Amino acid sequence: MSVLKPVSYTNDPEITSEIIELHGLSEEEYNEIVSLLGRTPTFTELGIYSVMWSEHASYKNSILQLKTLPRSGGRLLVSAGEENAGLVDIGDGLAVAFKIESHNHPSAVEPFQGAATGVGGILRDVFTMGARPIAALNSLRFGPPENSRVRFLLDEVVRGIAHYGNCFGVPTVGGEIYFEESYQGNPLVNAMAVGLVEHDKVMHAAASGEGNPVIYVGARTGRDGIHGATFASEELSEESEQRKSNVQVGDPFTEKLLLEATLELAGKEALVGIQDMGAAGLTCSSCEMAAAGEVGMILNLDKVPVRETGMTPYEIMLSESQERMLLVAKRGHEDEIFEIFNRWDLEAVEVGVVTGDGRLKLQKDGKLLCDIPAHSLALGGGAPVYKRETVEPEYIVTSNAPTPLNEPTDFTAATLQLLARPNIASRRHVFRQYDHMVRTNTRVLPGEGDAAVVRVPGTKKGLGIATDCNARFVYLNPRQGAAMAVAEATRNVACSGATPIGITNCLNFGNPYKPEVYWTFTEAIAGMGEACRVLETPVTGGNVSFYNESPTGAVYPSPVIGAVGLIEDVEKSVGMAFKKEGQAIFLIGSDQVSWAASEWQIMNNGKPSGRLPELDLNLEKRLQQLLIQGINKEMIQCAHDLAEGGLVVALCEMAIADRDNPMGALLEFEEEISPLHLFGEGPSRAVVAVDVNSIDEFELLAEKLDVPCKWIGTTGGKGIGFRQIFSVSIEDIRANHENGLAAALGIETA
Amino acid sequence: MRWGVVVFPGSNCDYDAFDTLGRIFEQEVRYIWHKDRDLKNIDGIILPGGFSYGDYLRSGAIARFSPVIEEVIRFANKGGIVIGICNGFQVLTEAGLLPGTLRENVNLRFICEDLYLRVENNSTRFTHLCDEGQVLKIPVAHNEGNYFAPPNVLKELEDHNRVVFRYSDRQGKVDEISNPNGSLNNIAGICNKAGNVLGMMPHPERRCDPVIGGIDGQVIFKSVITAAMEMAK
Repeated sequence: MSVLKPVSYTNDPEITSEIIELHGLSEEEYNEIVSLLGRTPTFTELGIYSVMWSEHASYKNSILQLKTLPRSGGRLLVSAGEENAGLVDIGDGLAVAFKIESHNHPSAVEPFQGAATGVGGILRDVFTMGARPIAALNSLRFGPPENSRVRFLLDEVVRGIAHYGNCFGVPTVGGEIYFEESYQGNPLVNAMAVGLVEHDKVMHAAASGEGNPVIYVGARTGRDGIHGATFASEELSEESEQRKSNVQVGDPFTEKLLLEATLELAGKEALVGIQDMGAAGLTCSSCEMAAAGEVGMILNLDKVPVRETGMTPYEIMLSESQERMLLVAKRGHEDEIFEIFNRWDLEAVEVGVVTGDGRLKLQKDGKLLCDIPAHSLALGGGAPVYKRETVEPEYIVTSNAPTPLNEPTDFTAATLQLLARPNIASRRHVFRQYDHMVRTNTRVLPGEGDAAVVRVPGTKKGLGIATDCNARFVYLNPRQGAAMAVAEATRNVACSGATPIGITNCLNFGNPYKPEVYWTFTEAIAGMGEACRVLETPVTGGNVSFYNESPTGAVYPSPVIGAVGLIEDVEKSVGMAFKKEGQAIFLIGSDQVSWAASEWQIMNNGKPSGRLPELDLNLEKRLQQLLIQGINKEMIQCAHDLAEGGLVVALCEMAIADRDNPMGALLEFEEEISPLHLFGEGPSRAVVAVDVNSIDEFELLAEKLDVPCKWIGTTGGKGIGFRQIFSVSIEDIRANHENGLAAALGIETA
Repeated sequence: MRWGVVVFPGSNCDYDAFDTLGRIFEQEVRYIWHKDRDLKNIDGIILPGGFSYGDYLRSGAIARFSPVIEEVIRFANKGGIVIGICNGFQVLTEAGLLPGTLRENVNLRFICEDLYLRVENNSTRFTHLCDEGQVLKIPVAHNEGNYFAPPNVLKELEDHNRVVFRYSDRQGKVDEISNPNGSLNNIAGICNKAGNVLGMMPHPERRCDPVIGGIDGQVIFKSVITAAMEMAK
């Protein structure tokens, strides 16, 4: 028997050095492909290698670093990277699947569809495991809000997220928005999804069983999104605008049908494995499932449902059309699967079979067009792995030097100014565009707490969920800044009463081939790892997004953290609003504050500068314990972590968090009050209100846990006031905080 | 009561209605698939919120052609209780069971938030347990909730007290500021002439469980359920 060699398809271009370069492959990488195959690749094969070995799919420049993070232990059911999303046990036979992912470049050129399909992709990652999405969040970063392009991008991104999430029927419960000069040319759009699955219904992304059918389900394949993964793996430039055809178009309605049909598969014996078609579409799903199961796959591309005529094998394999899945069924049971998808009016077609030779083979028009060892394509298999050069950027030293700063003198004016800042003002203009209540489980709504709290249906439990990253801190000190991002995201969760059980990360950085960028990346990973180890929150998975650069330079290093926590009795969870008059207000945690990269410092100096206050991760851990225990023992009535704007801003936010029943506070500081104390920023701090009957008990608990705890006032009244020194009314707080964002964006509030 | 919650492809508040009726009110409840023609033995139907058939065309415009809608119309014409919430309200207007239409919100954005509704007519089956002019805190979540009807239809609705809920402020004041979406006369919910079909944009099923922030929606379901029990006596 002669061995068939794959041939090129009609009109396929010849493999030239120009073509290779256009595919983003280095000469070394190309030579590696030739040596793996023992011959020149066909055009289809070249396309397949280019997407699978792209940064986006292969993590080639990050995987060695990611492996240093704590990726197992605790309640983790699978180690990071093993499945589409992390999986954490929450008891009662249930697990949460969650992950955050970037869709930055598509959103930069086509913000509506870019953001929409970012949401769609992360939802599929979750339900492809058999988990029903119960919450979505997003972390967004743009240039200055007065810029007209930024206004357009934000508006479209928010509409895209709303369009997809609202129609799909997942509550979008939280997230964050930052405005910084550095994101002007390269916005960040990170989407997170959280799902719920019974342990015995988890579906896996591995193929097995020679002869088993490979079934394509969902939407048809079109020419949209071809080379999306490669596009995500290069810097944005003037020409990026022409990349619009690389951006996929989302259809949340089809995704909703796909969700319902897919979840009907969970626990069925007919199903062997399933993976969604995300980046690198059919290519990625087929070779990863084959590699994971140590088998091969042969696909007949004539059978793939296509949306357009004349699609080449190259296009079919590289298309990133949305709302598609690939699954492997048990031979003889495929009708069961067809029946489910047909009932939901979705196409389901057998497009291939599982083979025993470990190779990905593709046929079209009776020709063999591709024959590649599946293993050689996959992450953790034959995909290249690099360690890049690192150089500490010069700015680190200069920006950490002290710079002169005018400290606030009129505290009332400073408070109101800070409350209206685009990075502090209420996000209501945005979150009211998201359905954050659908599925009737959202207990703490956006704006009501540091973390969203979502009930786990069918149980008494709840999940506290938050995303966070103050990238200004990371810019000044990547190692400590990244640790502070983990600390803050988990502290947000603890402020709701939930115990953090794991995090997911979306690492947004510049070009890894620039040693200065790569230095910030390795430093951030080191800081994140330290924090995760001390706080006992393993990294369940996530996403790396490099090449976030525009002609003006790289974005601030932005390791966005998504944290998930568990609370046994959801009814004990709290928000940030002052609820009852006469409660004692305590400032708890660290006394380390500085002006470095604080909102006040940025407002006055423009760029972050100074040295960050010390971070004590052990104190952070104890502080979170105090919050969790204090809330679950019902001593703490509300809690809020101190972030941008510092103490006074936090108190103002607590005063108006309950829109119907605002409540102020009378402050009383025992010692001399300084502007730094009121408006400076630092990690590991929170404000809580404690019922008068629980004060002694609370102080004892704080002492036992060795957490500094200072009484600073009493709830009540129509504003936040401190003797004759300053006083702001609820009306003024509201006027500045509620309208600040819309005003900055030039939108009339409705 | 025995309830059916209709499931269109793209319905996404079907579970919420099912859970509210079953778990909170301990009603007998089941789903009705959009292709079903046999409603079996039921006393009330919920057309839930969501994006039926994707709503890429006008909201509810395709759903009205689904097989189940013919049966819903027959059921309503025989006096059966039908409640359309959000997308369900849109479907009811498209199907001709309620007059008028729901246009895009005036600010051209999706709006999801808690709002206040004033009960305009507390003698309907859906509101008879409410006080006159009672104000309920119930959220909306829609992109097309801007109620519109020609003047003669509007007059007919007003003259016959068929406006069941109006957007108001917390004190029950109905004005432009309390109108979230541009609805004519601040209309948030209406009923048919016979009083057995209710359409409303706000989501009462989202405010029935104290664990998730309020129970102001309960009175609507309780009204319906007690009215049915009275009639069965």
